[in-house]
Amino acid sequence: MIYSSIGYYALIFGLAISLPIFFFSIKNFKNHEILDSKIISFSFIQLLLVIVSFLGLIVSFLLSDFSNDTVFNNSHTTKPLFYKISGTWGNHEGSLLLWLLVLTLFIFIFLVRSKNLLKKYRILTVLFQQIIIIGFFIFLIDSSNPFNHTFPSPSEGLGLNPILQDPALAIHPPILYLGYVGSSIIFSSVLAATCLNYISKTWAIHIKNWILISWIFLSLGILLGSIWAYYELGWGGFWFWDPVENVSLMPWLALTTLLHCVLVLEKRSTLSSWIIILSITTFTLSMCGTFLVRSGILNSVHTFANDPERGLFILSFLFILIFISLFVFFVFHKSDEQEVISFSLFSKETSILINNWFMMYFLSVVIIGTVYPIFLDVISSEQISVGPPFYHKLIIPFLIPFLIFMALGPQLSWIRGKLDGKIYLILFLIISFLISYLILKNFGNNILINTILIGSAFYLFLTTIRDFFKKKLQNFSQNLSHFGFSLLILSILFNNIFSSEIITNLKVGETFKNKKFEIKFNDLKKFEEKNYVSFKGYFLIKENNSRENLEPELRVYNQPNIITSEADIKTTFLSDKFITMNTVQNEEYFNIRYQKKPFMLWIWISVVLISFGGVISLFKNRDI
Amino acid sequence: MYGRKVKLRFIFILLIFLVLTLSVFLVLKSLEENVIYFKSPSDVKTVPELDSKKIRIGGMVKKDSIEISNNSVNFIITDFKNEINVIYSGAVPNLFSEGKGVVAEGFLKDRNFFQASKILAKHDENYMPPEVKEALKEK
Repeated sequence: MIYSSIGYYALIFGLAISLPIFFFSIKNFKNHEILDSKIISFSFIQLLLVIVSFLGLIVSFLLSDFSNDTVFNNSHTTKPLFYKISGTWGNHEGSLLLWLLVLTLFIFIFLVRSKNLLKKYRILTVLFQQIIIIGFFIFLIDSSNPFNHTFPSPSEGLGLNPILQDPALAIHPPILYLGYVGSSIIFSSVLAATCLNYISKTWAIHIKNWILISWIFLSLGILLGSIWAYYELGWGGFWFWDPVENVSLMPWLALTTLLHCVLVLEKRSTLSSWIIILSITTFTLSMCGTFLVRSGILNSVHTFANDPERGLFILSFLFILIFISLFVFFVFHKSDEQEVISFSLFSKETSILINNWFMMYFLSVVIIGTVYPIFLDVISSEQISVGPPFYHKLIIPFLIPFLIFMALGPQLSWIRGKLDGKIYLILFLIISFLISYLILKNFGNNILINTILIGSAFYLFLTTIRDFFKKKLQNFSQNLSHFGFSLLILSILFNNIFSSEIITNLKVGETFKNKKFEIKFNDLKKFEEKNYVSFKGYFLIKENNSRENLEPELRVYNQPNIITSEADIKTTFLSDKFITMNTVQNEEYFNIRYQKKPFMLWIWISVVLISFGGVISLFKNRDI
Repeated sequence: MYGRKVKLRFIFILLIFLVLTLSVFLVLKSLEENVIYFKSPSDVKTVPELDSKKIRIGGMVKKDSIEISNNSVNFIITDFKNEINVIYSGAVPNLFSEGKGVVAEGFLKDRNFFQASKILAKHDENYMPPEVKEALKEK
């Protein structure tokens, strides 16, 4: 009770602090001294207040203070300690508070770390960031207050959805939000730099760090979510083109494009319009992402109507931000003389531009697939869903040239590249298509498209490997990320082509047999755990000469009363064995799903490699 | 007549325009082909013509209708006005049981039989697919 109140008042004081920040910023902007240290102090105080508020919520969760609505709705006394804490951000209100925390944290870090940059630019960035911060404060206090309380206080909470009680998903939101919110700093500073016509090489080097940080966190956040979906949802896949996943992919695509553009700006002082537009897009998409997932619109458009205040607020807030940013873009942005500097058709600049257009295409496909059903439901109340075939059909054909350009681009130099002495590029192309043909020769269906796809992925794979040896440490980070990407595409393709699956219904003691596998359901045992009852199945899988014992689990949680199935996965370097079981209406039969998925581990490893490229680039940038 | 630069620019703009139209066309076409419509059992009974496209049918699993054997799970979806028999072999989600909401994806054989290729998972017990809620509300 007391902690909720502390949290609530900390929020209100935090909002009030914005006033002096605004006041001193505007005052400081006009005179020509150095940056007023009061701005930094007040930003720090604001950060502290938000931290206090966040701690207030965490403590309420820890003490299971059910007089607090958020705690009541999302926690339970028997829930393990770790998930009590993670429950703090596992809901709409708490996750918005986390957003606010990261917003204030980042602007403070920005202020501390940008000492040698233009004063006016720093102040303007703070001002733009404050607009976002104030928006979130008001949204939190007004319509998504995490500290609402009920009286008399209930004695037991409703509990957290068990599928969310998982270590990967506990840290997934904070990591993802670091990525999302990092884009707010990019957004504010791009607007500030545009106003002051400050978009330059120095600025590019400075903003590149922020782009890298949010890109790394966003990539890792998506990875965590994907791993979780793989073992927890029990479908054995890692990406379902579900709207909830798409909303995190969209800012990632925009941010990746932005990262490439900033490299051009850093080296060649061009593409500044791209950078402005992309920064605005990334931030808008990040905000939409949080909102769409947490508000429940994606589950049902009708929840939107249940709580129109929230929806209206966020929509108008987004509208204002977009309006401000477009205004800044059209009024202040002058394409300066340097923009006109031309580059030839064979140059790094051109290939990055080509990359941009491809990325924009992928982004629009994902946006259309995600938004169209919502749109149609609102307009005509016709209910549709857009599934994986839509995305596959539109993305895969374009992936082929994309991969080839990705292999060629880094081989070219700035301004005017030459293709002389690069016969190895053609040689590699032939080799990679040969390899992929040899691999796929014996697998009948779709051989043409698969060969071309795997061939082009191999092409990128080979050229990046060559660069590791040829260029040694030059461009190591870029090369590592590109290598990771080729590995990712290869693993996904192999995973898709060579996976095998068996779905069957078995009773205890029965055996399933086909040409390749034998699945024996040996035993079923019951265990009592702290907040659930577990039924463990004991299976023996025979394949050729290998035997494997797998033990999938069914968990019946007490609060809320939900059954979840825990997959048992045996991971090896080359393939995963994956088994889940489900009950059917308390009958004796269990629904068994067994999958053999090659190269699963490599999908995760390659995403880690991609992000690690970013980390290296970040540290290299620090030295300069 | 025109300078080389103007010509180049013209070709460039034309190219962009072509690419844009092509991609918009592609997106729309593939959207049209791959969109899955949602129907209730009553819709199936009343539509004048059955199409051969993949659809989703949502409603409640009728009491005492689940029949399970080694390689199939058959059941009846009802919206309390009409019902349809579902033939299915494959994985069922955790919360699949009688008297609970369900969404099946697949193809209609005729007005009474539905060959499902997927049964959709729901997130928790209280969650009802928005489609089912709508269908039940209309009742």
